[in-house]
Amino acid sequence: MIPEIGHYALVLALLLAIVQSSVPMIGAARGNAAWMELGRTAAYGQLLMVGTAFAALTYAYVVSDFSVLNVVQNSHSAKPMLYKVSGVWGNHEGSLVLWVLMLALFGAAVAWFGGNLPPSLKARVLGVQGMIGVGFLIFMLATSNPFIRVFPVPADGNDLNPLLQDPGLAFHPPFLYLGYVGFSLAFSFAAAALIEGRVDPAWGRWVRPWTLVAWSSLTLGIGMGSWWAYYELGWGGWWFWDPVENASLLPWLAGTALLHSAIVVEKRDALKTWTVLLAILTFTLSLVGTFLVRSGVLTSVHAFAVDPERGVAILILLLLATGGGLLLYAMRASSLKVGGLFAPVSREGALVLNNLLLSVACAVVLIGTLYPLLLDSMTGQKISVGAPFFNATFVPLMIPLVAVMAVGPLLAWKRGDLAGALGRLKFAALVTVVCVLWALYINGVKPVMALVGIAMAAWAFFGAVAELADRVKLFRIPLGQSWDRAKGLPRGAWGTTLSHAGLGIAIAGMVGTSAWLTEDIRVMNIGDTASVAGYEFTLEKVESGRVDNYTTETGTFLVSSGGDFVARLHPEQRWYPVARMETTEAAIHTTFYSDLYAVLGDRSEQGEGWVVRIYHHPLVPWIWFGAIVMVLGGLVSLSDRRFRLGVPVRRAAKAPAAAAQPAE
Amino acid sequence: MPRLILFVPFALFLVLVGYFAVGLTRDPSELPSALIDQPVPQFELPPVQENGQGLATADLKGGVQLVNVFASWCAPCRIEHPLLMRLAKEEGVTIHGIAYKDKPQDSQRFLAQLGNPYQRIGADLDGRIGIEWGVYGVPETYIVDAEGRIRYRHVGPLMPFDLDEKILPLIRELQK
Repeated sequence: MIPEIGHYALVLALLLAIVQSSVPMIGAARGNAAWMELGRTAAYGQLLMVGTAFAALTYAYVVSDFSVLNVVQNSHSAKPMLYKVSGVWGNHEGSLVLWVLMLALFGAAVAWFGGNLPPSLKARVLGVQGMIGVGFLIFMLATSNPFIRVFPVPADGNDLNPLLQDPGLAFHPPFLYLGYVGFSLAFSFAAAALIEGRVDPAWGRWVRPWTLVAWSSLTLGIGMGSWWAYYELGWGGWWFWDPVENASLLPWLAGTALLHSAIVVEKRDALKTWTVLLAILTFTLSLVGTFLVRSGVLTSVHAFAVDPERGVAILILLLLATGGGLLLYAMRASSLKVGGLFAPVSREGALVLNNLLLSVACAVVLIGTLYPLLLDSMTGQKISVGAPFFNATFVPLMIPLVAVMAVGPLLAWKRGDLAGALGRLKFAALVTVVCVLWALYINGVKPVMALVGIAMAAWAFFGAVAELADRVKLFRIPLGQSWDRAKGLPRGAWGTTLSHAGLGIAIAGMVGTSAWLTEDIRVMNIGDTASVAGYEFTLEKVESGRVDNYTTETGTFLVSSGGDFVARLHPEQRWYPVARMETTEAAIHTTFYSDLYAVLGDRSEQGEGWVVRIYHHPLVPWIWFGAIVMVLGGLVSLSDRRFRLGVPVRRAAKAPAAAAQPAE
Repeated sequence: MPRLILFVPFALFLVLVGYFAVGLTRDPSELPSALIDQPVPQFELPPVQENGQGLATADLKGGVQLVNVFASWCAPCRIEHPLLMRLAKEEGVTIHGIAYKDKPQDSQRFLAQLGNPYQRIGADLDGRIGIEWGVYGVPETYIVDAEGRIRYRHVGPLMPFDLDEKILPLIRELQK
């Protein structure tokens, strides 16, 4: 009964989405307030219905209802409750329900918080959001219905892929989706603005908080995903340039660019057509990511639900959404009024450069991800493009990006003083040089790229700190007054500082572990000691055990350094009988500036001892610490009260129609 | 701004969709049809170990054999490795390896630690032979019949159910 309620709720949600996508649109065109207002009701109703469907599916998982095919395929009665629940979105059908739930959530959020939007714009945003909902709900009901029953009812299920039975993975897809789907609002705002034929600073101010929500969630999701790969897959790496990872990086890069260009729209009324295009493209990349992961066009270590039929459906969705958006753009963008002027050296100029570099980086990742597909369709050759391609193309683009990142916020709008800005970064430059010399002293000249990387990290971090210090006039006025200034700074300024500093921290982590990693793979017996990067690892014992739905072999390592106790590590091998799969649980000891990472492998060929992998990862925790600081920056910016104020500034004073202003 | 420029993103997007559509018509988990049931490509690879045997076209005749493309840097290869060991030891299947874009010393260390299920291993240092075979990514596994024709291709790590449901039944059938 409950699954039928869920199924029925999805159908009702589709009907409501159809209402939401049409009635407010027509209302906005005709100026009918009641019709426009219906968009809000429909958005709430859609959220309620999709929420009901999601709850019904979750219920089926929680009670292990094996009359539902989706539960049979992805769950098992002996599975811990946490993974029964996370199993809901650990598969194609369920993750689509989560996706649509978020879509409805964002729609309802606009209906709820959009009180300060002009009614016609709000109606159109909700309308476009409704259209996306219609597409996804039809897709789900037609090709990926999670509520299909099976008969006869099997005794038990097939279990969730054990690799996915991990807290990191249980919670990273929801954040990833929150990010992907969050960009749908930027898309809806862009489409609505094109239909209205108007983008003004107020539009930038409405789009930005929603983009910030999406960007922060996506950053957190990507961070959690790479953390999961790092500790769960047991191969000691954290980023693989795998198509699925790239699928989340693409909208992140475009979203980061959008976040910055929307500032220019808001503050300076410039870059409007570009920002609108970027909003369309960012959501497109979210959809492309979905397409790549689910269609079977690209195979990947962790692509799931590979099914060409679904691929066709997503491709049609992509064609309608993005094709429609871009066609609308092509026809209407020229009606957007051109905004303010600025010199190349200015805050706007720096943000344009930021956008160029991020867009090129995005294109590079897209090409690297799609190249195998293109080659296949042209010549029939099947190849894969690996990390070397991305390291050779992506990294060089990040160097100027970081270089400009510290300078940009110090430049004035419209016409900046580059010498002055650089002058105020003297301290940051000095500390950067010290950091590089320090790295040189500890690790030597090789690899040279590592020194460049450390310079980037330090410049990003101390540049952000210097900018903040400059704003509060640190050491130039009494400390008390600086403190007062700091308290008075807009939250957005704090957000910028935090995010930029967080990126610096993360870069340091990436560089440290890529360049100075020490790895040792060997066979160890009980009592053996291995020495890695100045630490002694002694294998004390290996014990067998049984937990819930798997059996374990747990090793105990005593780690010491120069005779002093450092830690005891307990890496584990797990065997999941239902899925007939083995997983490794790495044991990680984290200190402030490095990770000690141990993996217990199989018994060795000769029957004595275990294959053991030990890593020393310098600075690796900083990757995720940096990501958290970036997300924190996003959240602090989001709390800026400017975003919650009505924005009547320019709406009242309409610019004279033919004010001659050169192109942006 | 000339209005035509505004259509450029739309046009580029259509090209992209076209490529996706073409990509969809191909199933990446199958070989390009041209290679299925065709003789294995002509190739000759040097050995990974100094005193070991390399791998060449001529070695793949006379008996049903598996060719597994692997690399020490590939995480899923480690996951599927115990299954290859099981195939070689318990099922008595002949497995040859192609070490794809891997330094010989890294391959050697990989095998020394995890065990060596391969009879012969060819070192495909620059990935050229991988292209000949149509290797899409590692790991990848091919079944070659007694006449040296490719009969099956598996992309990605082998899972226990792949062995039981596809690989072993097909090997048994080909051996008849």
